[in-house]
Amino acid sequence: MGKTFQKPEALADQVTHYCPGCTHGVIHRLIAEVIDELGIRGRTVGVAPVGCAVLMYNYFTFDFMEASHGRAPAQATGLKRVRPDLVVFTYQGDGDLASIGMAEIVHAANRGEKFTTIFVNNAVYGMTGGQMAPTTMPGQRTTTSPFGRKVEEVGMPIRVSELLASLATPGYITRQTVLKPKYINRAKKAVKKAFQYQLDNTCFSFVEFVSTCPTNWGLTPVEAIKWAEEKMLPYYPLGEMKTPEEA
Amino acid sequence: MSYLHVIDKDGCKGCGLCVIVCPKKVLEISEQVNTKGYFPAYQARPEDCIHCAMCCTMCPDVAITITEVAEEKDAPESTEETDG
Amino acid sequence: MGKVLMKGNEAIGEAAIRAGCLNYFAYPITPQSEVAEYLSRRLPEAGGVFLQGESEVAVSYMILGAAAVGERVFTTSSSPGISLMSEGISYMVGMELPAVFVNIMRGGPGLGGILPSQADYLQATKGIGHGDCRLLALAPASVQEAAEMVMMAFPLAEKYKNPVIVLGDGLIGQMMEPVEFPDHLATEPPNKDDWAVNGMDTRNSSRRNLLRSLYLDPEVLNQHNLNLRQKYERMKKEEIRFEAYNTETDYKALIVSYGTMSRVCRTAIDQLKAQGLEVGMIRPQTVFPFPEGAIEEAAEKESCEAVASIEMSMGQMVEDVQRSVKGKRPVSWFGKCGGEVPTPEEVIEFVKTIV
Repeated sequence: MGKTFQKPEALADQVTHYCPGCTHGVIHRLIAEVIDELGIRGRTVGVAPVGCAVLMYNYFTFDFMEASHGRAPAQATGLKRVRPDLVVFTYQGDGDLASIGMAEIVHAANRGEKFTTIFVNNAVYGMTGGQMAPTTMPGQRTTTSPFGRKVEEVGMPIRVSELLASLATPGYITRQTVLKPKYINRAKKAVKKAFQYQLDNTCFSFVEFVSTCPTNWGLTPVEAIKWAEEKMLPYYPLGEMKTPEEA
Repeated sequence: MSYLHVIDKDGCKGCGLCVIVCPKKVLEISEQVNTKGYFPAYQARPEDCIHCAMCCTMCPDVAITITEVAEEKDAPESTEETDG
Repeated sequence: MGKVLMKGNEAIGEAAIRAGCLNYFAYPITPQSEVAEYLSRRLPEAGGVFLQGESEVAVSYMILGAAAVGERVFTTSSSPGISLMSEGISYMVGMELPAVFVNIMRGGPGLGGILPSQADYLQATKGIGHGDCRLLALAPASVQEAAEMVMMAFPLAEKYKNPVIVLGDGLIGQMMEPVEFPDHLATEPPNKDDWAVNGMDTRNSSRRNLLRSLYLDPEVLNQHNLNLRQKYERMKKEEIRFEAYNTETDYKALIVSYGTMSRVCRTAIDQLKAQGLEVGMIRPQTVFPFPEGAIEEAAEKESCEAVASIEMSMGQMVEDVQRSVKGKRPVSWFGKCGGEVPTPEEVIEFVKTIV
């Protein structure tokens, strides 16, 4: 028995600007599929980051706004607090969320803001040309760590999901990946679960995605998948770090 | 019931991820460049395709779709529909 | 409700509620933390949203988020906090979002002091954020006027789809004065469905709204800036507000002063009059748009020999005064900025040196 597969309604008919093999595209589709399946396109507002996904609003067919670099969680807080009936999500990269925006995401999670954050961890600053990010791996070469990330100088990569999961406020914190179809299908369930927690007004929900950046890693898309699997997954273990039921 | 597997030739960026995830090794990268200057994926052995949609799931550009199409033998009956 | 004796900061909070703004995000900073304290009790009562953010940076984006969904929203802070909000303010100008910011100014630069000052004049009127961005800037001189200006600020922000800033100072925030909240200043917000990201269902529309300030195409960004510039030109035509004091006399000197400092100058003018020396004053109530014409006209008066910009800063508004007077009269500055408010006697002494 075969399967059908269509572009979700929430995705615009638009070829993306992302590089070949960039997993942003997969994550976009998962969000769109979940929004279609939950039937919430009419009351969803997306908050785009500053980074490769800054133009993501061109690829969705519902209300969207740009955020300033790192500030999406604060914007989403303002938006969601005055209109709690709307479904709000932020979509942020590792430079955006874990560097300049760390205070914003930590406090939004700690306040238990009832929006959803999709966090794309591809270990570099993509849009600006592959600089080192808080999630860059030890020894990983980037355009600002040409000799490899020296942990004795700039510290270890930050495991954001674990960090947020350590907050006492209930929340749904999970790390997923889109490196292979089996992971993608699992990740989709996590995204749907995250949005469902928002719809049920239960808690803050956060889905981290271990992702690839072929262009800035200097690898082909296929090699990038392999590198991410071999180098990133051991350091960024997948799974649900926290669920509201536990609290 | 049969399925139609379509790769949007000009939407595909030739990243090759679908090729490596296809369990039946149906897909390959074409030699013909598309309008964007990429070499898109294509079904080299369409007869082996089992329509499992693994390629669609992996594709970052949603360039692969699978739709249901009526069997050929159903076709005549449907065309005889009266216009009443 | 008639006049009530209220602390400036609390009157500012109440004024926003009376103006129909029920959303407030803020961060504590002396000398205006009482606004947050007051609203943390009052807003839940009024069915509004109160939230203390983790920083003024975050607060400015909470303001942006609430404004983006089409709700009235405001915040208050003081000098260093406004500096932290400047990026968010620039984004709001670029995204054409209405909101109200109140700066209860304190001594600067850096941590400066916690006493009143007017040292953020240039920040508010010339450099509030990166890019060509201007804010309509109102400058109250009393608790009553602060309340009225906060109430007026909401419809003004919506008229121009641009943030408005109210420039008070530590004294206006901290002192108590009788105040009332005029009903005619309570207004209904306009419909914002043509731009707000409030969900397509809310507008029962299939056309989605998009709010952004990024325009990578230089021609499009230039045109966008020209559109924004038109707003500022319109403000200059329609929003200039000022008060003239003792200008019906043949004054020998003209003072230009705003906010708390203008009240001290008023006392000095009265005392000088008693000593037989007439001095006039123009008090800008909007510092952007600046009342250039009125100041030029007042400076040109036959009897007037000199103009003085008297402000609690090291001389910032004096630049605008010089620009307005166009060299027709000598323009000088007098002021202090450590947090002391110059006394009438000091003003009198200074005025005597320029005539």
